[in-house]
Amino acid sequence: MLVVGELINGMYSNIGAAIRERNKEAVQKCALEQIACGAEALDVNCGPASRQPLLDMPWLVETIQEVTDKTLCLDSSKPAVIEEGLKVSRNKTIINSTTADADKLDILVPLANKYKSRLIGITINAKGIPQNKDQRLELAVSIVSACQEKGFPVENLYLDPIVLPVNVAQPQMRDILESISEFKIISEPGAKTIIGLSNVSQGTIFRSLVNRTFLTMAVAYGLDSAILDPKDKELIDTLITAELILNKNIYCDSYLEAYRKK
Amino acid sequence: MEIKPVIEKWDGMISALTIGAEAKDGGSRANTVKIGGETGLPLLFKEGNIPNPPVVAYEIWDIPPQDWPEELTAPYGKALNNPFEWADKCVNEFKAKLLCVRMQGGHPDCGNKGPRECAEFISILLSRVKVPLIIIGSGDDTKDNQIMPACSEAARNERCLIGSAVQDNYKTLVASALADGHSVIAESPIDINIAKQLNILISDMGLGVERVVINPTIGALGYGLEYAYSIMERARLAGLSGDKTLASPFICFVGQESWRTKEAKSAGEQGIIWETVTAASFIQSGADLLVLRHPAAAKKISDYINELFVNKDTGQRG
Repeated sequence: MLVVGELINGMYSNIGAAIRERNKEAVQKCALEQIACGAEALDVNCGPASRQPLLDMPWLVETIQEVTDKTLCLDSSKPAVIEEGLKVSRNKTIINSTTADADKLDILVPLANKYKSRLIGITINAKGIPQNKDQRLELAVSIVSACQEKGFPVENLYLDPIVLPVNVAQPQMRDILESISEFKIISEPGAKTIIGLSNVSQGTIFRSLVNRTFLTMAVAYGLDSAILDPKDKELIDTLITAELILNKNIYCDSYLEAYRKK
Repeated sequence: MEIKPVIEKWDGMISALTIGAEAKDGGSRANTVKIGGETGLPLLFKEGNIPNPPVVAYEIWDIPPQDWPEELTAPYGKALNNPFEWADKCVNEFKAKLLCVRMQGGHPDCGNKGPRECAEFISILLSRVKVPLIIIGSGDDTKDNQIMPACSEAARNERCLIGSAVQDNYKTLVASALADGHSVIAESPIDINIAKQLNILISDMGLGVERVVINPTIGALGYGLEYAYSIMERARLAGLSGDKTLASPFICFVGQESWRTKEAKSAGEQGIIWETVTAASFIQSGADLLVLRHPAAAKKISDYINELFVNKDTGQRG
């Protein structure tokens, strides 16, 4: 599974300060630590407090590229900010993200084509967050259709069913999980799936336990990728074990070490 | 309607490995042998690159062989009484490009030769024949831990392939390979989980997985061939899918397994057939090195490999 490290985000105080002070070292350290823990891609988000995201995003991209060639997941709700990041990216990229709204799709799908980037499509639109699986599927279909119309390869699309906190939307958890497997059969070849994991445990006490339990279940439903905290060792161990049980890797006594050697 | 062939694309690559070092690399071999480097399944030339065809190694011993049936000893004749003449015959008469020497004489039950005697044997062999060497122990762990470091040192910088490292006894051999610049055979008992574990243990000692050849342990035709075949298939699929701990070339001791069957030992001269069919089968499951005993089987398999790897119409591989 593609593990995307979530820790380079201006909403965290250390990264927020590093962005303001143009402290490269702090950002690079955070990047390398996540990679050492198993991240194969890094989310890059200036954070809500950024006053000049059009400058902060390319600075972050340049800074991270100095130390790694891992995929960068350019995370902003503003397409202009994402494009500033794409312009300077030498690493592979994932656009994070478009919604199912036509105005977003009209900008971001061509942008993904232009920069040969992968694209995350979140199943929400201007009307708000879906309330059940059917609404999620409807939004997913509109994203997939838009990609097909605009000539974007659907296998490079990651659909996100929008994970909600378990203490807010408990009745939706099963719908979210089932959406993961059903998203994949919308088209042939199918889109991939991704979740922002940590949201599921917002406001709960046992955050790490909730995260890894949800992740295990999502993996069983066929999840392809997750944005998460790779420094949570138990979480990564659990992920590796879940994939082992699904026969995605061959068992050996040191299977945790073997996975990390990949 | 046009039917498109289904082509799988793989992310991984089987590691490529060279056996033997020429003078320019600090050794004294006249040729080297390259194996591995595949980026697709065996013989599916359109799916991936298969840069190196499988290679036949002739098995010789450091003592005259015991219990070999007449069908097998006949082509070597009196040369079997002198391992150096045996080696010469393989290279000069049968055109072997690679020899696999088994240090059987070090075994407590077969002469119990000491480390110095074994090292001397390897030194003479290296000066006598100029093809690359695979050197394997006697099969007695305790004794091999004494003689193999001596053999390894005697062949320093010749970039041999030495074996066999097993899960309970790998450290001495791997340390020797590291010190003397050799590669290692990692042997597991028809068990993919142990094969993977052993590769990790070896790489933890600092010998990169690109210097490991997996001996998956095989059975001859009628003696578990299918079981070994499926283990090799599974390991190869994992290796090509990106699992570096299983992305090693395979060595198959076909001669050893074929000539112990009762069919090969029977009077009907079935041994060559048994060895040939067993070897041909393991080429399909991805064998990179085939250690064979009978020169007729070796010839048939070499011809078969040439036929598989050279397109008759164009002369091009694949």
